[in-house]
Amino acid sequence: MIADLTKKDSLLASLSSLNFSDENEYFADLRNKAKAELETLEFPTSKTEYWKYTRVGKIVNKSYNIAKVEDIDITPYLIPGLNANILVLVNGFYKANLSKIDAQDGITVLPLSEAKNLAQLNAKFCSLTTNKEEVFLAVNNAYHTDGIYIEVANNTIATKAYHILNITTGNNVIALSRNVIIGGKSSQVKVIESFINENGNENFVNNVSEIFVGENANVEYNKIQDKSNDNYHISTEQVYQEANSNFTINTATFNGAIVRNNLNIWVDASNCETNLSGLYLGQNKDHIDNHTVVDHMKPNCNSNEVYKGVLDHESTGVFNGKVFVRQDAQITNAFQQNNNILLTDTANVNSKPELEIYADDVKCSHGSTTGQIDEEAIFYLQSRGISKRNAMKLMINAFAKDALANISITALADFIDTKIEERFTK
Amino acid sequence: MAYTEDDLEKELENQEYKYGFTTDIESDKIPVGINEDVVRLISSKKNEPQWMLDYRLKAFAVWKDMVEPEWAHVNYPKVKFQELSYYSAPKAQGEKKWEDIDPEMKATMDKLGISMDEQKALSGVAVDFVFDSVSVKTSFQDKLGDLGIIFCSFSEAVQNHPELVKKYMGTIVPTTDNFYAALNSAVFSDGSFCYIPKGVRCPMELSTYFRINEANTGQFERTLVVADEDSYVSYLEGCTAPARDENQLHAAIVELIAMDGAEIKYSTVQNWYPGDEDGKGGIYNFVTKRGICHNNAKISWTQVETGSAVTWKYPSCILKGDNSIGEFYSVAVTNNHQQADTGTKMIHLGKNTKSTIISKGISAGYSNNSYRGLVQINKNASNARNFTQCDSLLMGDQCGAHTFPYIEAKNSTAKIEHEATTSKIGEDQIFYCNQRGINTEKAINLIVNGYCKEVLNKLPMEFAVEAQKLLEISLEGSVG
Repeated sequence: MIADLTKKDSLLASLSSLNFSDENEYFADLRNKAKAELETLEFPTSKTEYWKYTRVGKIVNKSYNIAKVEDIDITPYLIPGLNANILVLVNGFYKANLSKIDAQDGITVLPLSEAKNLAQLNAKFCSLTTNKEEVFLAVNNAYHTDGIYIEVANNTIATKAYHILNITTGNNVIALSRNVIIGGKSSQVKVIESFINENGNENFVNNVSEIFVGENANVEYNKIQDKSNDNYHISTEQVYQEANSNFTINTATFNGAIVRNNLNIWVDASNCETNLSGLYLGQNKDHIDNHTVVDHMKPNCNSNEVYKGVLDHESTGVFNGKVFVRQDAQITNAFQQNNNILLTDTANVNSKPELEIYADDVKCSHGSTTGQIDEEAIFYLQSRGISKRNAMKLMINAFAKDALANISITALADFIDTKIEERFTK
Repeated sequence: MAYTEDDLEKELENQEYKYGFTTDIESDKIPVGINEDVVRLISSKKNEPQWMLDYRLKAFAVWKDMVEPEWAHVNYPKVKFQELSYYSAPKAQGEKKWEDIDPEMKATMDKLGISMDEQKALSGVAVDFVFDSVSVKTSFQDKLGDLGIIFCSFSEAVQNHPELVKKYMGTIVPTTDNFYAALNSAVFSDGSFCYIPKGVRCPMELSTYFRINEANTGQFERTLVVADEDSYVSYLEGCTAPARDENQLHAAIVELIAMDGAEIKYSTVQNWYPGDEDGKGGIYNFVTKRGICHNNAKISWTQVETGSAVTWKYPSCILKGDNSIGEFYSVAVTNNHQQADTGTKMIHLGKNTKSTIISKGISAGYSNNSYRGLVQINKNASNARNFTQCDSLLMGDQCGAHTFPYIEAKNSTAKIEHEATTSKIGEDQIFYCNQRGINTEKAINLIVNGYCKEVLNKLPMEFAVEAQKLLEISLEGSVG
């Protein structure tokens, strides 16, 4: 009978063992709505413009398990020198025994499953993810397991960063984690989320984060994807910015069989600043796809986007950045940059920086380059006694590091620098 | 007395779309609708050989199963393909001598500024004039013939040079390429054919002038330019149509073939009727243009797009040979309710191939102007180089400018640069002009001309002047 099932059904069959009966009516209803939406959606094919360069066949033609795990050792995954609250998700479930949170007045940190009892979540939850016609988003809406809820009250500054360890372990595991981050008026918070794989092959993480940046708030979200080469990751961040707010996202991707990052930012008020940066280092047969949308809906906003990629072996990099400037959004400055280095003839890169502009008093530009390390620069270094290998390493490091200059957490920046160096020392 | 800017202003005041007249000529128009019989009828009217008819029928079979593409960033009421007439020809053709041409037609040509008499001999432009669906007159055929150059209407080429047509037609744009290309392949009525033999440098600009006259017709012409080894040709194309309330369809195919060492320069000034101020009427311009470059060959596309209600056009280069070069220079202006989705494709297959893309978009009024381009460096295209610059200028807060570049690299030696900017004319620039006594309207003309200069410089001289004027007219009244 399995042969009769469509791909979507077999993936969903993997999720049938999930039981959400203890959730209240409001959230049960949201799940049902998402399931109904899911009925109408299909998995993207090569003809789906939004997924033009990424084939999901490898991901969806498999069946997965839901696996709750008792204990793992998280010490190897902590960032050296980082003083942060630790929040642990394993295979999409919250692990209270592994997490370490210092309580701070005005900040609510809970596993999402518990946060669903808070009345204030209702208005926000799913408000950025419903009816977006994205099948993986709808799957998460309908079947998300658990995740992290962080709410920073008005006028509160989080003294410590929040480090979410999103770990998968075991073979063929599917993890559907879901985070909600709310920055109240004039609040400040920094979040790091590491996506890690412990052993295990062919795991699939379908993660969604909803991030609300309130008036005058300042939110920084850092995402590190360092899974092994045969894992799949589709990750979606939906961000909503209110007046005078500042949002920064940094994405560093070190590997993954198929990694797809969907980042959608609605800038729905004036005087906002948005910074998006990303670095993707592909190796072996990695496929790393970054899709970003910045939607400027109101006047007087700035956005700044820099994505850089270094692609080795047979890896593929994709960048698709879109900037909308709506008719009301006069005096918008939007900048978009994508640089790529191809190290081999078998590596691929597809870049699609897009501008869609409906207002006239704007300054918008984008640039995209694909090329190699400058021969003359290498020669210069060689002439000063640095070996060609080291000269290459130096140049690539410099190219890559530049992309994540917006990270304000020193320990994290150092950690990423070390990882970049390690990669090119091999 | 010299022509002053005030004269220009006066001229502009009275200018709307000066080519909006119709010519009252008796024409032979077939009934509306499309089916296999219509395709056969067109073929038989043109007295075509069997292979040509087979080609059309095959294309029609393909087209029937295709659906209209909807990916372009344009929005328009769908074309009702069964309500169009697919063939219209001015009657009383007979022997094609200049003296015999219908006086009405001559008047039309004069109005359009194309006269085929000696006047033009001085400027050295050989013209093929396509009126509605039929090529009316080709000038300078004899002179070109001495050099071995074939320049004639497409139907003449089918009759007189079937071996060339058969060999090259559809090799660059196959019938299955896209919806409009398939439709064109089935029902194309005429067009131009040009062949430059080995080592010949064509001494004059070759030119085609397209005109839609009849109501409720579609125009489907084909152009095929073959430049044999080490030859050179510069080709111009111009288009106009009467002002009508309904939308008319223009779906053309242009195929360029540059053999080893050849160079083709193809320039277009597209000024189809853009519709009135409220977006009523106007031409749908859905055109497939593509060229192939063999070793050391070069194809250069230059276009000035000011007309058409909806434009959907991507002149492309397939850089197949080593060391070949593709260029694309474009100015696209949209005003009122016009929509344009235009750009290019540069497909790098050979080694050391180079391409340059310069695209300047100007949107005003309620219009939307999109650049959509593809740069593809394939695995074997070592040392390929691309430079792309697409700038957009916005005039007024109701219009839109969009950029959709696709950049695909599969070779580690590829060097690709792409940059795009969108902005409006700076108030400081206008102020600078104002304080030197140049009024705002003139200042804008000045700035726009400077902005487009890079592209206009690539046009042959006679066209550059016309294009500059066209820009001014198209943007007339778009600034407060």
